[in-house]
Amino acid sequence: MSTEARPGAGTPGTETMTVREAIRAALREEMERDDRVFLMGEDVATFGGVFDVSDGLLDEFGDERIRDTPISEAGFTGAGVGAAATGSRPVIEIMFSDFLGVPMEQIMNQMAKMRYMFGGKTDMPVTVRTTEGGGMGAASQHSGTVHTWFAHFPGLLAVTPGTPAAAKGLLKSAIRSDDPVFFFENKMIYEQEGDVPTDPDFTIPLGEAHVEREGDDVTVVATQRLVGESLSAADELDGEVSVEVIDLRSLYPLDTDTLVESVEKTGRLVVADESPLSYGVHAEVMARINDRAFFSLDAPMQRVGVPDTHIPFSPALEAEVLPDADDVRAAVENVT
Amino acid sequence: MPRETAVDFAIDRVQVLAPDGSVDEELDPDLPEDRLLGLYRTMKLSRRLDERAIALQRRGELGTYAPAIGQEAAQVGSAGALSESDWMVTSFRETPAYLTRGTPPHVLLWYAMGMEEGAAVPRETRNMPPSVPVGSQALHAAGLGWAQEIRDEDAATIGYFGDGATSEGDVYEALNLAGVYSSHAVFFCQNNQYAISVPREKQTKAETLAQKAISAGIEGVQVDGNDVLGTYAVTRDALESARGGDPVLVEALTYRRSLHTTADDPSVYRLEEEEAEWEARDPIERFEAYLRDRGALSDERIAEIEASIEDELAEEIERAKEGAQRIDPADMFEYVYATAPPELERQRADFGGESDGE
Ligand SMILES: Cc1ncc(C[n+]2csc(CCOP(=O)(O)OP(=O)(O)O)c2C)c(N)n1
Repeated sequence: MSTEARPGAGTPGTETMTVREAIRAALREEMERDDRVFLMGEDVATFGGVFDVSDGLLDEFGDERIRDTPISEAGFTGAGVGAAATGSRPVIEIMFSDFLGVPMEQIMNQMAKMRYMFGGKTDMPVTVRTTEGGGMGAASQHSGTVHTWFAHFPGLLAVTPGTPAAAKGLLKSAIRSDDPVFFFENKMIYEQEGDVPTDPDFTIPLGEAHVEREGDDVTVVATQRLVGESLSAADELDGEVSVEVIDLRSLYPLDTDTLVESVEKTGRLVVADESPLSYGVHAEVMARINDRAFFSLDAPMQRVGVPDTHIPFSPALEAEVLPDADDVRAAVENVT
Repeated sequence: MPRETAVDFAIDRVQVLAPDGSVDEELDPDLPEDRLLGLYRTMKLSRRLDERAIALQRRGELGTYAPAIGQEAAQVGSAGALSESDWMVTSFRETPAYLTRGTPPHVLLWYAMGMEEGAAVPRETRNMPPSVPVGSQALHAAGLGWAQEIRDEDAATIGYFGDGATSEGDVYEALNLAGVYSSHAVFFCQNNQYAISVPREKQTKAETLAQKAISAGIEGVQVDGNDVLGTYAVTRDALESARGGDPVLVEALTYRRSLHTTADDPSVYRLEEEEAEWEARDPIERFEAYLRDRGALSDERIAEIEASIEDELAEEIERAKEGAQRIDPADMFEYVYATAPPELERQRADFGGESDGE
């Protein structure tokens, strides 16, 4: 929307926006482009979402396409599955990813399996937007990072943007996809700014990682908030260590080629993701490198994440548990 | 006859102390004056604690906090009807109910500061800690009440939740399980008219929330939630019925006069006129006027009570802050498991080192 437009700092054809504005712009553009697209969830209409992401969209699109739902995650997720199977393209918002357990039956046994069990005869063009991450003093039941579950489950796709451009481009691709896509928004980066292409045809393919900063010595593969943290760490280390930072963007499909190419150059890998360390995104990235670039490695691969705990309510503990630029930096220093 | 009424249902609404100060003689629980004054003081204490907690949160000394301003009669009346052997299961807005059950303010503040002492479940108090995932705790109440039936206990369980929670499958399943198993549960739904920004009418087409009991085959009743004598009387009867294996759903009609939580801005979704209407129906003022009429309260007595509340809260807040300074960062590894697995032990050992990584 023009009121939000700020010409991009450097790049022609872009404007500077926050992650929040980028997500809103993607929703707006896709709803304008295709009238089968609609948004539903708790407090998304009148309130504009508890993080203001859909603010203003009710006025633009009306209450048939921007819908407040009862507090019934299983209900409206299931209704979304039915809508998607019969030709609509719903975007479902689950206010906090911690509540994805409520509609899990609809996700695991319906959304993920319907195409397969019906021999490919149904599409499932549903997008599930949800928030993740600690940092708000909101306690364990509002702070988790659960994207690994969905990346792990056959039939589902999962993306975790770390910049405004990635957020916009990936959400547009998610909405256009005929497969279910989980779109994970880290709630601490809604205010983060960046240049975003304005062309309504701009999308970012699902399954493409992006080199945010080139470097020669160490590859840092990061997701969500940790992309920015890793870029800060790289800045701090500038002159000592040349760090390449990659925004993984998609968890599934996972862009192994870009990662392999980078590790073949640097010989060192740090994976930074806010999930608990065990059985996480970290492990999958490392396994892929092990398969395809093992002999390029000069040092053991490192992971930066959250210990196998929940996110504590106490702000003092929460600050300790959440990984940041210092942790990325320490991991880089460990291997150089 | 091809079509006839199979069963007929009705939902009663109860009010004991009307806004004009009149009291229904028949329904009046006839509490002794010191009990009445006790309920009054707890309502006032809760109001002040909420106000002070919001201020503390604004100064960064407290995490997200959900005030119960406007709902004091609903909670103090209902929790006041519990006996010591009854259990209480709460959602996240039950400051008045906890205070009624004797939980000191500093413990409630500890919870909001993220101190584990704030969420302890001391057996002797029979209060569960708050539950934030909406509606989930209704099932715990159904289960606790079921255990009371199995053990043949002369006790009941009250389970609190909001109007929005009645849309969750968990709440339907709780009502149904309670009916099937003769659970000693009283489900206490505070219909405070909003679930964050979503008004009650958008939550369900049902005329009352109490009638949701009907589909589970249990009793449902509405009560004026801003009438502390009414919520006391209705809950007392419901608990009696539940102790005998007949669970009840109570819907208390009230209003959340303040914020959903400290992260909220109600001006986006409701009108000031509506807020003003409910301010005029404030539960504390109604009860205060009644107590004055009875001669149980005077200006002087009220001033004394208010001063004692200020003193108590000053001390309690001080105590909460002192306790909060005792947090040790390594505590974050505690309590994930009863027995910490080796990998978690190793992460704990590494912690304090440079990286959160391995
Ligand atoms: C399962 C689940 N979904 C969503 C939320 C986010 N949320 C927290 S409180 C709330 C509204 C609850 O409304 P209501 O049940 O009426 O209780 P009230 O807040 O009015 O006391 C919502 C949607 C949550 N905590 N849990």
